[in-house]
Amino acid sequence: MTISRRLLLAGSAGALAVPNLAAAQEAPGVTATEIHIGSTNALSGPVSSYSVISRCLEAMFRRLNDEGGVAGRRIKFTVYDDAYQPPRTLEQTRRLVERDRVAFLFNQLGTPTNSAIHRYVNQRSVPHLFLATGADKWANPREFPWTIGWQPSYRVEAQIYTKYVLEQRPNAKIALLYQNDDFGRDYLHGVQDVLKDRFRSMVVTATNEATDPTIDSQIVQLQATGADVLICGVVPRFAAQAIRRVHDIGWRPMMFMTNVSVSVGVVMQPAGVEKGIGLITSDYRKDQSDPAWAQDAGMNEWRDFMRRYVPDGDLGDNNYTYGYGVGLTMIQVLRQCGNDFSRENVMNQARNIRPMDIATLLPGIKVQTQPDNYNVIRQMQLQRWNGQSWERFGNVIEGAG
Amino acid sequence: MEAFLLQLAAGIATGGIYASVALAIVMIYQATHHVNFAQGEMATLSTFMALTMIQAGLPYWVAFVGTLVVSFIMGALVERLIMRPVQHAPILTHVGVYIGMLLIIGNMTGWVFGYTIQMFPSPFEGGKPMLGGLFSSHQLGSVGVTLAVLILVYLFFTKTSLGLAMRAAAYNPRSARLVGIRVDVMLALGWGLAAAIGSVAGMMVAPIVFLDPNMMLGILLYAFAGALLGGIDNPPGAVIGGFLVGVLENLAGAYIVGTDLKLTVALVIIIGVLVLKPSGLFGRVVFTRV
Amino acid sequence: MSLSPARLLLVVLGLAAALAPLWVLESFHLFQLTMAVIMALAVLGLNIVTGYNGQISLGHGAFFAIGAYVTSILMAQADWSFYATLPFAAAICGMVGYAVGLPALRLGGLYLALVTFSLAVAVPQLLKHKALEAWTGGVQGLFLMKPDPPRWLTSVLPFNADQYMYLNVLIVSGICFLLAWNLIRGRIGRALMATRDHPTAAEAMGMDIAALKTGAFAVSAMITGVAGALSAVAVEFVAPDSFTFLLSITFFVGMVVGGVASILGSIFGGLFVLFVPNIAESISRAAPGVIYGMILIVFLFVLPEGFAGLVRRLLAKLSSPGNPQPK
Repeated sequence: MTISRRLLLAGSAGALAVPNLAAAQEAPGVTATEIHIGSTNALSGPVSSYSVISRCLEAMFRRLNDEGGVAGRRIKFTVYDDAYQPPRTLEQTRRLVERDRVAFLFNQLGTPTNSAIHRYVNQRSVPHLFLATGADKWANPREFPWTIGWQPSYRVEAQIYTKYVLEQRPNAKIALLYQNDDFGRDYLHGVQDVLKDRFRSMVVTATNEATDPTIDSQIVQLQATGADVLICGVVPRFAAQAIRRVHDIGWRPMMFMTNVSVSVGVVMQPAGVEKGIGLITSDYRKDQSDPAWAQDAGMNEWRDFMRRYVPDGDLGDNNYTYGYGVGLTMIQVLRQCGNDFSRENVMNQARNIRPMDIATLLPGIKVQTQPDNYNVIRQMQLQRWNGQSWERFGNVIEGAG
Repeated sequence: MEAFLLQLAAGIATGGIYASVALAIVMIYQATHHVNFAQGEMATLSTFMALTMIQAGLPYWVAFVGTLVVSFIMGALVERLIMRPVQHAPILTHVGVYIGMLLIIGNMTGWVFGYTIQMFPSPFEGGKPMLGGLFSSHQLGSVGVTLAVLILVYLFFTKTSLGLAMRAAAYNPRSARLVGIRVDVMLALGWGLAAAIGSVAGMMVAPIVFLDPNMMLGILLYAFAGALLGGIDNPPGAVIGGFLVGVLENLAGAYIVGTDLKLTVALVIIIGVLVLKPSGLFGRVVFTRV
Repeated sequence: MSLSPARLLLVVLGLAAALAPLWVLESFHLFQLTMAVIMALAVLGLNIVTGYNGQISLGHGAFFAIGAYVTSILMAQADWSFYATLPFAAAICGMVGYAVGLPALRLGGLYLALVTFSLAVAVPQLLKHKALEAWTGGVQGLFLMKPDPPRWLTSVLPFNADQYMYLNVLIVSGICFLLAWNLIRGRIGRALMATRDHPTAAEAMGMDIAALKTGAFAVSAMITGVAGALSAVAVEFVAPDSFTFLLSITFFVGMVVGGVASILGSIFGGLFVLFVPNIAESISRAAPGVIYGMILIVFLFVLPEGFAGLVRRLLAKLSSPGNPQPK
């Protein structure tokens, strides 16, 4: 860990040493009538279910253009496929920046993929905005001032769960199941952040690989330790398996599930709705299947948008509420820019968003940035599965500072 | 001790998955003397077709039989249209074709059916979980189905003249042709049967691991390991091998190498068997020209 | 085979074609071409063991990954210069290749493909294993920097880091291609092909088949490993997710489409694997993998000798119109 930190520092020192390659006499990607924004997403391949985010954003920019655009300019939004392969992400990002000369990059998907271009965009001073990944490392304005995430980080989420565990069961024995990759590791780090010295005595861990057929073995292993709390940082397939298996073997821990894997249709129904009763997660979005939002103004705005601009979109897919939220944030930044769409000003506006409400986010949860705090969404609310839907409980919790 | 027994049970449960896929691999090996890298993708596609039929309102067993038939036709067509023209080409070409099919079928499945995981119904739902909750009634039922398929395959290859002819066609096409066996028909039949058995495996596995286009990638390697361990020309051996791999992998993952190296365990088993005892634990030693 | 004037002209033209992009292309396209040359080198490595020696490997992504990681670890953790790491990457990959070649001796074609395929699938989890994490950076990977052009060069030619990288890749790959060409057209090359086509006869003639086969694996792994090392520097980042089994499949596809057992074919293969995904994306945005697989199968059916075979046939047709099938 210390070593990779050292490397990052070395890298960013190098970044500072390299002169600003994109000298900004005139703003790249911006003409009198158009602003060109670039993105990459896994349009093909195993994780291409996230490509609907790009569809949603394309539709949002279409709506914005229909309404007259921003400062008299239309938005042109180009998305290239990287198939979730980091070297391809670099290639496609260079295509966007060097050949298409986009103004900036927005909402590129994935942790390993964005890692591959992290240094490149910061060397070139290209705004790398509101990434579609919850990794912790995007909120690092000192070393990587041009990169900013959006959703609450996985690490913050794990911190929130751990704090809640300590409140409820101070002497808990915690079992942690996480996927052995960038995403899963953040849950490990989050739990470590809160427990510090007590981690070793309080926590047992098990990991899974994306290629594992089942995680039965890991569940059995964790149960055998006598743990009474289970925190899971796994993708939907294993989330559904874990919920079902934990129930079937008669283990009744206080169970937490990453909010990546709590979709009603994709996880809870396959696992068996009654098997997940009591499961705790957190969210910052309104769950579209929750009757509480049936008449909500914000959600009605979203439904209206979906009906008009993405008529064939799956209304049960919460990637669309995500996309809507991140799209609104982007549009806010564009509006804040006034008439100056230089990279410096875009970045400057992106790091100075005054706390604002977003239609698809829970009440009380704000989108905000400060120059020294790039955690755009830093609040969440816990919720519990009651067999049919997610029930929010407790207050909105503030995570990272 | 109890934890160990539970790990053992978990291994047996997972081993059941490998056993059913291993059986499909052995089937195609018996019929063609080849190992089809696209077997997993074909089985996954079959399972998606079964799901489509069930969602269209067909009763489970009707959809089950329908899927068998469609998969059989798909397998036979693959042989006819894709394998036949390169029948006498070098092995490199065959491997290339398998890889091509893996890419085409895998991506096509994802494109048509999407990459989100889907629930797949089980005909054996409803019973209470057994063996400390690790064995559901579905898993018990699917082991039963695997054993039934095994018995059928075994009887087919040893007791029917068609089965004998098929083995002969795979083992020595030229002599088989001389004694009047229609080798090309046998090959198409073999591919069809292998695809049908693969679809059974897919339908039995999907309720446990959930259905998505990449469902089989990991499983296929463990199943290869199981088939090789038991003997790739020996159906009962392959089933036992599948269970053994499941148990070995779980115990090694829990107690020896850690859960992050489970796939490597399968890799070591594959290499170990091929190098030390290429015929597997239960296979006949056959001398073939390499 | 001395250099006839025509051949000399070809060499000069080839050199000019290889160097011209330095001045002609803008940096993005130069980067793409750099990656294509690296891919060509990786395909060349695969071609030596699979094309020329007939041992099917679907796991060359593993060697590519090892080369990339050796260079990255030495550069990032030990502050070595890029050039100093290359021989190390080559040597370590050569050794690993030799070790993989030993069990391969006992495996027939399909089984070897199976074993190497499993290796390709297992690579990412080996790369991120905790025992190696202190060096490899685990799932986070490692960042490194492209070398800057030295002052003596920039005083003559105002190259930037991208142009300099291309030049480096071109020189290293050029050397590897020359060595491979020398190896293949000589005694060893004939022996490799003899063991592929007629193993029994080759053995009867006193060839040490075991040594040839393991040697082929070692050389092949070495070349692909060097390609991996170059790619790590060109991309300036390595992570386990960059080396999934699809990478090995990509090399295999490149070899088949470019031309099995053809040095020129390796170059076509490299260009193919880099540029065709972009073309496939423009044909079918939803499923470029389908297009990719179809191209592979169509080539196996229609053009089993790949692009190189096509070019050879066309050239033969041009030089001797009366003879349709010269060999």
